[in-house]
Amino acid sequence: MKWARRAAMVFLAAVFAASLLANYLAPASYAHQFRELPDAPPSSQHWLGTDDLGRDRYSRLLYGTRVSLLLAPAAALLSSLLAAAIGGAAGFLGGWVERCVMAATDLVLSLPWLFLLITVRALLPLNVPPIASVAITFALLGCLGWAAAARVVCADARALRGSGVILLARASGSGGLRLLCRHVVPNLKPVLLAQFWISIPVFILTEANLSILGLGVAEPLPSWGSLLRELENFSTFSAQPWLFAPLILLVATVSCFHLALAKREDWA
Amino acid sequence: MRLRRTCAALLFVAILFAALLSATAVCAQAGSELRFCLAADPKTFDPLQVADDASETVRYLTGGVLVRMNRLTQQLEPELATQWKVSRDGNAIGFTLRQNVRFSDGTPFTAADVVYTIERLMDPALHSPTGDAFRFGEGKATAKITGANEVTITFPKPVVGLDTLFDEVAIESAKSPRNEMAVLGPYYVAENKAGSYLLLKRNPNYWKRDGQGHALPYIDAVRLEIEQNRDIEMLRLTRGEIDLINSLDAEYYDRLEAQAPKMAYDAGVSLDAEQMWFNEVPAAPLPAYKKAWFASTDFRRAVSESINREDLARIVYRGHARPAVSWISPGNKFWFDAKLTPHPFDQKGALRLLAQDGFRLQNGVLRDREGHAVEFSIVTNAGNTARERMAAMIQQDLAGIGIKLNVVTLDFPSLIERITRSFNYEACLLGLVNDDLDPNAQMNVWLSSASNHQWNPNQTKPATAWEAEIDALMRAQATTLDVRKRKQDVDRVQEIVWQQEPFIYLVNKDTLAAVSTRVRNAHPVVLRPQVYWNIDRLWLASDGTGRR
Repeated sequence: MKWARRAAMVFLAAVFAASLLANYLAPASYAHQFRELPDAPPSSQHWLGTDDLGRDRYSRLLYGTRVSLLLAPAAALLSSLLAAAIGGAAGFLGGWVERCVMAATDLVLSLPWLFLLITVRALLPLNVPPIASVAITFALLGCLGWAAAARVVCADARALRGSGVILLARASGSGGLRLLCRHVVPNLKPVLLAQFWISIPVFILTEANLSILGLGVAEPLPSWGSLLRELENFSTFSAQPWLFAPLILLVATVSCFHLALAKREDWA
Repeated sequence: MRLRRTCAALLFVAILFAALLSATAVCAQAGSELRFCLAADPKTFDPLQVADDASETVRYLTGGVLVRMNRLTQQLEPELATQWKVSRDGNAIGFTLRQNVRFSDGTPFTAADVVYTIERLMDPALHSPTGDAFRFGEGKATAKITGANEVTITFPKPVVGLDTLFDEVAIESAKSPRNEMAVLGPYYVAENKAGSYLLLKRNPNYWKRDGQGHALPYIDAVRLEIEQNRDIEMLRLTRGEIDLINSLDAEYYDRLEAQAPKMAYDAGVSLDAEQMWFNEVPAAPLPAYKKAWFASTDFRRAVSESINREDLARIVYRGHARPAVSWISPGNKFWFDAKLTPHPFDQKGALRLLAQDGFRLQNGVLRDREGHAVEFSIVTNAGNTARERMAAMIQQDLAGIGIKLNVVTLDFPSLIERITRSFNYEACLLGLVNDDLDPNAQMNVWLSSASNHQWNPNQTKPATAWEAEIDALMRAQATTLDVRKRKQDVDRVQEIVWQQEPFIYLVNKDTLAAVSTRVRNAHPVVLRPQVYWNIDRLWLASDGTGRR
């Protein structure tokens, strides 16, 4: 399966590169409305046609990929760091600290995510530019998405606490920050990396769900989620198969992340 | 000679055949069933407690009323009352009742039933939404039997448009053991399976007959199926499983028109409007310079003239809408002020208006007198695709005069919280659903003291001279029965609103409907219920092909 992993990595690199070079590759601005050409089919001018407001779909896909692919890893990094701090501390310290932190984690896990996001989003200031709005959305996802990862990290840290490595380190006089930096964190690194890679597609899909509800990225900025809203009317599929482009890209990218993740797990 | 005789015989046979055909068309159709969908179960079968769309549908199909608004002509017509007369001071109405009418369970209809219904309707303990429309001032309404078939109803204060309001009052039986299930309308509720369907059957005692003396309604039963998903509803229509969709949006309409053009109806401009407004509440948590922008008539008019309404109608509503002019839609034939025209799309004119107020365009950015860049947010409800598209188009239009607009979609409860309680918003884009022709129904919007006076609600005294003038005109029209004077006052209010633009009216949507080709005599109209307003005269063709 080595070739599949390599292909996945190449695909992800190509998608990242295309999204970063959107300014050069896109034939038009993602916001420009060609009002004489709403809902146009693919043409040499508009490779994936135009949306219902006449905006070039190909340009929007490139810029939307940039938004989703840059901000989802950032949110994943934030949630993984929170999970490492909270779960790692709880597992390593054990006792009442672990019980309290795990109870709090269970509470966070039991919260209805979607309603919580809708509520928090509604409380935010209104007059923020679209780019800030999308950053806030992903920051919220990152801040609220640590709980499941924290449980995994906590279990690993608990196992590590009683392991020979830590006993030996303690016996040789290591303690406090040195023990944490030299022995605990390096041993938790594989599980943290796995959680990071898993979170990326989860956040991409969550943003897509929020966008389908009209609560994700603000107009006119595109994201994969907002592009997927065009698929709400299932009866148009057969007539306009090019509408599937963002869905195909999303599925391919998420699949490639999973293939890449398998490689990382092998390293662990 | 033989040829002439043969021709005469053929002609006779043809006439006989046509007569037979027409006879089958107008007679009651045994076993025929009209099917359409409701989005939810009706919350009540009590016609006086109706507050939701599904219950309103059941009330329309089953309830017998004293007078009925003809949805096509927009004129009142006699039903259970053969005559009626509103008193000169407008606080009383006398009805002469139709004789020999029976409820669906056989109970005779009498003046006592009208008195019973009115007493229930006006009972404060019932909290009837229909009764609220009759409540003008303190005091008790009384209904008295004044003759063998005559009833007079007196209200404590004059009620404007009094006779029209009875279109929604379904008469209940005072004596029937079946209470509200005994009805005087064309159908009665025969079966109700919650969450699945509702079966209405032909009222055997329905009083109305057609021109040839045949009993109405023609169709034997109406099946109302509960279906929330609009895609599935469309699919069922095209498969022939249901017969009509009362209200369609533009996208579904176009799809249906492409697939089955004979099923798609555009009945013309509806009474509904889409509009935006600025927050002008003095206590709103906004910077003072923004409050000054929003309070400026020139600023509001400049924003209005920078919006390309033609494009909104053409792109967002696919041509099934037209630029809005006023708070009364052109679909309201009598009350609309035909002298008014939509604000033109004129960005140069808009910049001239803004210049009068000290705004200037610098490097593509509009700045006010103090140098603040003009930027504001517009909130609308999440999930409403048409409004989100309109907001995106307005965003591009306003960028043309250097205004940066941030579009924010909020879930509906959060939106309502902001526009009615915290007033923490800058501009809002929403629609007004209107199904009442009388402008009096919008008193709660136009009086400055009203809670629905959205740009600046609940004022203790009018904040501006033009709002004071609107208050005076709306009160004047609500207290006179002289229709010409009312029309003059309402026209003047429309002119003031057109000049001041506290609400920037964007588009009036068309009334779009879908009707199966097997349904005959359907004439969709702008007033609700758009398709089945003449339910008792609809009939079903057996073949389902051919003309509408």
